[in-house]
Amino acid sequence: MPRLTETAKSVYQWFEDRLGLGKPILDAVEHEVPESTASWWYVFGSAATVLLVMQVMTGVLLGLVYSPSAGHAWASLEFLDHSVTLGWFLRALHGWGSDFMIAIVLIHMAQVFLFGAYKFPRELTWIVGVVCLLLTLGMAFTGQVLRFDQDSYWGLGIGASIVSRVPLIGGALVKLMLGGPIIAGPTLTRFFALHVFIIPGLLIAMVGVHLWMVLRLGINEWPMPGRLVSKTTYTRDYHKLTKETGIAFVPDAAWKDAIFAAAIMLSVMACAFFFGPFGPTGQPDPTIIQTAPKPDVAFLWIYAVLAYLPPSLETPVLFIAPVLGIGAMLLLPLFSPQGEKHWSRRPIAVLMVAVIAVVLGVFTHLGTYTPWSPIMDAWTSDPVPVRYLHNRTPLERQGALVLQNKQCRNCHAVGGSGGLRGPALDGVATRMTEDQIFRQVLQGGGNMPAYGNSLSPAETKALVRFLSTLNTENEPKAIDASRDLVTTLPDSASPARVQ
Amino acid sequence: MNSNEEPKVPIDADAEQAVIDEATRVRRAGHSRRTFLFKVALLANGLVGAVMAVPILGYLLGPASKKASAEESWISLGPIAEFPEGETRLATFRNPITTAWDGQTGDVPCWVRRESGTTFQVFAINCAHLGCPVRWFAESKLFLCPCHGGAYYEDGARASGPPERGLFVYEHKLSGDTLMISAGSMPTLAAKATTSPTLTQIAGAAPFSPGAIPKPRCESCQD
Repeated sequence: MPRLTETAKSVYQWFEDRLGLGKPILDAVEHEVPESTASWWYVFGSAATVLLVMQVMTGVLLGLVYSPSAGHAWASLEFLDHSVTLGWFLRALHGWGSDFMIAIVLIHMAQVFLFGAYKFPRELTWIVGVVCLLLTLGMAFTGQVLRFDQDSYWGLGIGASIVSRVPLIGGALVKLMLGGPIIAGPTLTRFFALHVFIIPGLLIAMVGVHLWMVLRLGINEWPMPGRLVSKTTYTRDYHKLTKETGIAFVPDAAWKDAIFAAAIMLSVMACAFFFGPFGPTGQPDPTIIQTAPKPDVAFLWIYAVLAYLPPSLETPVLFIAPVLGIGAMLLLPLFSPQGEKHWSRRPIAVLMVAVIAVVLGVFTHLGTYTPWSPIMDAWTSDPVPVRYLHNRTPLERQGALVLQNKQCRNCHAVGGSGGLRGPALDGVATRMTEDQIFRQVLQGGGNMPAYGNSLSPAETKALVRFLSTLNTENEPKAIDASRDLVTTLPDSASPARVQ
Repeated sequence: MNSNEEPKVPIDADAEQAVIDEATRVRRAGHSRRTFLFKVALLANGLVGAVMAVPILGYLLGPASKKASAEESWISLGPIAEFPEGETRLATFRNPITTAWDGQTGDVPCWVRRESGTTFQVFAINCAHLGCPVRWFAESKLFLCPCHGGAYYEDGARASGPPERGLFVYEHKLSGDTLMISAGSMPTLAAKATTSPTLTQIAGAAPFSPGAIPKPRCESCQD
């Protein structure tokens, strides 16, 4: 046994004499870090790096089978899911790994922001980190395109339509993005090149730079309220913190990173195993239009914002907001490189993180059930509730039929089923008089199309009569006070009579 | 220079200095020559890079530099008997420019509305908002978009929702009994904004101009 150890040592030494990498690596892993950083709050960056390694590995493995050809990509995904041993699991790992990576990167970003880690001397580390976030999102979008199904096809259409709004060069940019006049073979191959060569190359390089700077400048110490960052004293103080009271990164601090990374990997594997891979949904055949395309979860909030922007604001917001948002993130450390780091003394920073998290969360949640979209097949199955047909005249019941046939329920719910685009029609009679409903149906308005051309007078009459019966027991119907006044005028001696 | 200090043999200091100066001069001359050559080499590589950039940029920007007119051509949608009067039907065509590996993506759908006799309108499938596929609802006589709820009337005019204009319209003509359209590239706001002669605004309306964009009925009540 001792002889074996001796041999191993001499083999290592043989390589070390020639490579010379062992000592610098050992120095790097054992470098001293402030004792306060051996914390569960400091584990997100390393977990994101571990996830990146897993994404590269699973991505390379998927590349063994995937065919980046518009005519065959979808079939190769089906082949991976059903015919390649554990192909479904590799696809699921890659897909869930992507979602986990975005989540962990965002949490990492919020943590270093709240801990003031972007301040001197780590300004550039933050800026490179922002670039890493953008590249990660770029990987997510291009990866979603490679899952070449209906969502991917129409997602490209949405991308091209956004790009087309760029002033002057929009048309040329669309063709540059699609690689031709339409979404087709050359589109998929260029997104393949982006997803497999260009963006990962940049991302790995940027993560390398990011890590190099963390090693070179040291990890951010746990902030203390009142301990301000000053460019003149920080480096000396930090040196004291690491050299006099510091602990070795490996193993004293890194054990938490390792445990957390293992937990995250187990979570990814569990999600992949229990929930399986994402899609592919229907074939990328544009002639199959029975589809409601939707982006992956990381982009749902953008999808929601695009539904709520007024048409006149849409193009400016699309191109100005990202410049402002990304610009603000990039410039943040240059504008506040010194001062307070602790979150308890930075209320605006805490408020910003909270507001951004709530906004992203709310829009993402809205994106999951798209209340702005008509439900394209709502009229086919859901019956008008029976209670709305009791004690109704034949004309009113005919109106219920018109409501069903004319697909009003694509946008309006009745009895809890139907679209959310327009207001629910239960109780509409308490809000609008018969005349108002007539006007609304025939002329539209307030985001409702006019139905004057698609309803006959008889249909309109029946429909409005039916809608006028929709008030709950305890709420009276809406009345037009002025009409009442006018009709009672001739009988009354006093014009001032008001009911 | 250290070796010069070793021997204790007294030699003429001036001569020694002259030797040192000479060596330094030769070395400096060599250094300056090599620096110059290195700069020449850098320049040469810069030139090579510039020359290389021409084909690389040309290759990359190739798809963007194609003229729209070169990609559009007349395509048959089939005999007009396939489109009953007063109805709107889905038609599909193979894009005139495809590659062998396009598969199904080379097939493009469009909506054909035969108003009467020989009066047609052919609408792009792509919503004018963000390009999602609009669906025709014959009963309510509306095109609805599943993505963000854009709605259009039967003549393609904007009815409601986020689109800022009506549906894109393909130019069409009748060749005997065959309905032909001019198509070839994905219709987008940019393709329209170039006022390409092949794609026109809704029939009967004035040609597209920014002032003519129908305003939403109630801009503040987007919900």
